[in-house]
Amino acid sequence: MQYIGPDFYNISDLLKEEELLIQKTAHEFVQNEFMPVVNEHYEKGTFPTEIATQLGELGFMGSSLPEESGGAGVSNVAYGLILHELERGDSGLRSFVSVQGALVMYPIHSYGSDEQKQKWLPGLGSGELIGCFGLTEANFGSNPGGMVTKAVRDGDDWIINGSKMWITNGSIADVAVVWAKDEEQIVRGFLIEKGIDGFSSSDIHGKLSLRASVTSELSLVNVRVPDSARLPKVEGLKGLLSCLTQARYGIAWGMLGAAVDCYETALNYAKERKQFSKPIAGYQLTQAKLAEMITRITEAQLLVYRLGRLKDEGKMTFQQVSMAKRNNCVLARDIAKISRGILGANGITEDYPIMRHMANIESVYTYEGTHEMHTLILGQEVTGIAAYDS
Amino acid sequence: MKIAVLIKQVPGSDSALPLTGDGTWIDDSLITFVMNESDNYALEEALRIREKINDGEVVVVSMGPDRVQRVIREGLAKGADRGIHLEEDGQIETDPLCIAKSFTSVLEDENFDLVLTGLQSDDTGMGQTGILLGELLGMSTATLGIETDIQSDTIRVKRELESGWFQWIKLPLPASVSIQSGINQPRYPSLKGIMGAKKKEIKIVAQSEHRPDTKWQSLNRLFIPQTNKQTETLNGDADTIVNRLVEILRSDLRII
Repeated sequence: MQYIGPDFYNISDLLKEEELLIQKTAHEFVQNEFMPVVNEHYEKGTFPTEIATQLGELGFMGSSLPEESGGAGVSNVAYGLILHELERGDSGLRSFVSVQGALVMYPIHSYGSDEQKQKWLPGLGSGELIGCFGLTEANFGSNPGGMVTKAVRDGDDWIINGSKMWITNGSIADVAVVWAKDEEQIVRGFLIEKGIDGFSSSDIHGKLSLRASVTSELSLVNVRVPDSARLPKVEGLKGLLSCLTQARYGIAWGMLGAAVDCYETALNYAKERKQFSKPIAGYQLTQAKLAEMITRITEAQLLVYRLGRLKDEGKMTFQQVSMAKRNNCVLARDIAKISRGILGANGITEDYPIMRHMANIESVYTYEGTHEMHTLILGQEVTGIAAYDS
Repeated sequence: MKIAVLIKQVPGSDSALPLTGDGTWIDDSLITFVMNESDNYALEEALRIREKINDGEVVVVSMGPDRVQRVIREGLAKGADRGIHLEEDGQIETDPLCIAKSFTSVLEDENFDLVLTGLQSDDTGMGQTGILLGELLGMSTATLGIETDIQSDTIRVKRELESGWFQWIKLPLPASVSIQSGINQPRYPSLKGIMGAKKKEIKIVAQSEHRPDTKWQSLNRLFIPQTNKQTETLNGDADTIVNRLVEILRSDLRII
């Protein structure tokens, strides 16, 4: 069995047999079940929520978490390969699964009480329940510590007030992991159920990127929850940042999938499209583009592969994740642009996936840590000096 | 209910098929292999039968070099209970009777109630293994199954005939049935299934233990059809040209 994608450096030899079969399963599922409907949803600005239970049945939700936490216990490389295939389909699909697994199931698995785990993880793992992650606020993106959403203790309960912005799956979620500051300015996580008094959501319209994904604003007005809704094993920014590390890990793999789809589309097109005496793939200018793309894809493959194995060994650092997320977003952005150019006018139509990927990548480039913030994380790591306000 | 599913690993349809230097087989070092399409449907049908009667065992059986264990694992990941790998060294066998006898020698002691195979393999396309195996094991046989209905000691099979005709036949068990592609919607292996498959048994049978000494037929030579462009200029008066044109359309191109 072979890695599905360009394999210039024999990546297949590095992958375990079951990892390759998992990639094949994800690939076939996306191509057969999702690709026939992606353009329709992208155009309408909707997400095919009915696919959630299929994703759950296959084990794609939180797949690297243990079975008792609703996952499938697969390696982090296998998890990455799934996201690679989902994003080869569309970033909206990958984002859906990333949020569910890395930002909802992971914090409940890592920081939740036994009661919370029993209540939420089986349904989230099977896709019967959908989750969202409420961290970003309108005025606090790169600086989450400045959040103004408040959680005030009232007897055995908490009263939460605030609003959250740019929340993937917000309006379709059964449960929201919401982060708020208590009266001592300590950030705490809460599991807020859909339908509870004072909690509402509205979708953000007019997006020209990630259109096949639901993006919402959450509003919390005097939302009263019992202390049992608080994630008991986490406080401060560190815990919530660990969730972001999980999600960014998957994004690095996802961006590779989008880049591979653009590259393969451009390569096939260049070999078939004849101008003057031969296919445009036979001209030096096109070959220079293809050579650049295959080299950068190979670099990115090696980066995420190694990162995955480090994660499997429990040695991965968040700075390493920043490098992969940062690199692969830039790579995908560049490759989408170069690929689109090779397709000429055809490249701007929905007959080819490149413009859709290109528009999606713009979101991914700045979400889950902007390119600039990851640059500063790496800068701090190599110099020991933080270049941002702390 | 004990069901065997014969699965063949064949070159993927998007693989280039370079021939070996002597032209007797394809150079499989350059090929991506996949599960034979109709075998995938046969496997799904077996799993559904087991689920319907809520009892039984599905065993995937494949013959070939070590690489065929991948399709066995894929079958196990989809839900088969165990696998049997008939090893082949060197070039794979293409004689259907020889293949059927190999399978017979390994399967006869297993006493399967049902053997399902794909209708034909996507590489050699002989379409004989299921029937020959059934005959050698003393089973009733049917081909071109597009629907099945399992009973306690019989199986009803809907067969696809020519010109849009169908036929329901009832076979006593044990039976060997070959399955047409499209009979069902094959499942994807779940991650749980893939991880669980690692722990399932694959019995390996060495070539010396299953391969008959005799061989009845062999592939002489494979070749890639040559496409030639020919240009013929028609000369003469109108009648001569028209007559020749009609002859070409009727006899050479067979389009009128």
